[in-house]
Amino acid sequence: MALDLNFQHRVKARLISIAHTVTLFIAMSIICIPGLWIVLNSFRPTVDIMAKPPVWIPRDLNLDNYYAMFGGAGEGGVPVLQYFTNSLIISVTSTLIALLIGMAGGYAFARYRFKGKNAIFIGLLLTRAVPGVALSLPLFIVMAKTGLIDTHIGLIMVYVAMNVPFTIWLIDGFFRQIPPDLAEAAEIDGCTRWQAFWKVEFPVAKAGVASAGIFAFLTSWNEYALASQLTRSTFSKTMPVGLRDFTSEFTINWGGMCALAVLMIIPALVLTFLVQKHLIAGLTFGGVKG
Amino acid sequence: MRRKKIPTWFVLIFPALVILAAVVLVPLLFSLYSSFTPYKLTRPDTLFKWIGTFNYQKAINSAVFWAAFGRTVLLLTIALNLEMLLGLGLALLVSRVTRGQRALRTLMMFPMMFSPILVGFQFKFIFNDNVGLVNNALQSLGLTNEAIPWLVDKNLAMFSIIFAEMWSSTSVFAILILAGLFAIPQDPLEAAKVDGCTPWQTFRHITLPFLMPFIYIALAIRSLDVARAYDIVQIMTNGGPARRTELLWTLIGRTGYVDAKMGYANAMGYISIVMAIFFTIFFFRKLNAARSELGMAG
Repeated sequence: MALDLNFQHRVKARLISIAHTVTLFIAMSIICIPGLWIVLNSFRPTVDIMAKPPVWIPRDLNLDNYYAMFGGAGEGGVPVLQYFTNSLIISVTSTLIALLIGMAGGYAFARYRFKGKNAIFIGLLLTRAVPGVALSLPLFIVMAKTGLIDTHIGLIMVYVAMNVPFTIWLIDGFFRQIPPDLAEAAEIDGCTRWQAFWKVEFPVAKAGVASAGIFAFLTSWNEYALASQLTRSTFSKTMPVGLRDFTSEFTINWGGMCALAVLMIIPALVLTFLVQKHLIAGLTFGGVKG
Repeated sequence: MRRKKIPTWFVLIFPALVILAAVVLVPLLFSLYSSFTPYKLTRPDTLFKWIGTFNYQKAINSAVFWAAFGRTVLLLTIALNLEMLLGLGLALLVSRVTRGQRALRTLMMFPMMFSPILVGFQFKFIFNDNVGLVNNALQSLGLTNEAIPWLVDKNLAMFSIIFAEMWSSTSVFAILILAGLFAIPQDPLEAAKVDGCTPWQTFRHITLPFLMPFIYIALAIRSLDVARAYDIVQIMTNGGPARRTELLWTLIGRTGYVDAKMGYANAMGYISIVMAIFFTIFFFRKLNAARSELGMAG
């Protein structure tokens, strides 16, 4: 009897374990397949992508789409390198500025007590909640009037403003985790407040600052709603806007678009891997204990 | 030491205030003003004609506007709730894995790296009725012979959009909730086991309440940039065909840029801003309540 019960129990546990594995496998497939499909198609000729009946087993994989993309004036003729440079300049500059402003702000919120602190904090965060489209209309008009439209500086300013609230929120959370005694001890030992910050507090919060930086970079790198209205020419177009160059009225060059997509994902992939641990810690502890 | 006139904290947050005032506040005030005028991009003089709340009345009396409004709220409600539930499920599944969990967690972050516009194009491709992955797969498996119009049929198009939106954001929930699962203290869980709780009871009365702040953090973060769904929809269907998937944001974009009716577009924009702020405040309040329940309030 007891043996039977034991057996039943084992079968049940085994079944649960199998169901668990199967469900997990299906879930992971849904997460991975759409992205891998894009990567795969960037190596396939248009004939294979459009084939009817479909070609399931990849044949004739080549780099033609990438050659066409970087070839410039040839077929396709999308100035990808220019877009890549624009994206890089705009994202890196806006991230650095947002980090400086965000570090100052985050430190103020974490270390000082002042009147209306919560109200200012919430006010800052709410600016982030304004939908891009709704903001793009007045920004478009203001920038057209001030001549900032279609320039790097215009877009950099916009992205700094987009990233500052979230950066402050994250960095504030990290500075709160550092006991204030640490900096006070340094000050007693003869450091100025400024020195104490750079020599004691900053090194401890470095991971948090890094993850805030990656977040800001990814936001700028991937932003579309505002960039699509505030950039007009190849001089300032970023890659997300450039993706549209592969569409014409009736057809879409899927192969070329997939290749550009891969180019967009690679930097994001590398950066996310580098900081994934800090990223999670930053989001949750910044949020829970903040 | 004597106190200076300008306090340090103000100097520190001053740059943040300046940039936000320049890029967000001033344009928003301008758009608030222009929403009370019949401003058209093609006729600049219309900016100085005050017409009161005409644009708002026009929006409120417009069936197209309310259809888009309803659809937007519906999309947000369905997508956010499903993302939360699936994210919770995914986190629970992954937390049970003992070997290779780190790798799984990394895989889970995959969709987070995709730009929303990229997600839009990706699913436009996958749901394409002629060469898309989904139809090709269904046809090769012999399940159907027709080309299912995923992005043309009203209900299927909404389904496709929600699917794309969920694909891109479920992992945000999963990852944050997973972080919560790791932070749960083990004592109450063991006590519950000793007292003979069923797994469901343990989950319902111990795990879930502890996870709530993490769920609200995820909701708060998501509600901050939920309008990113605009990119996805704009690429996949652009509100079409025949306005069947029109959302507030695509409607605003089209009215402003294609029809050049900036005044009217800004009025509708303000309605969507108020809605976004309402969602955000709602989730932040929930977050604070959940935090203080756990005694984590700062």
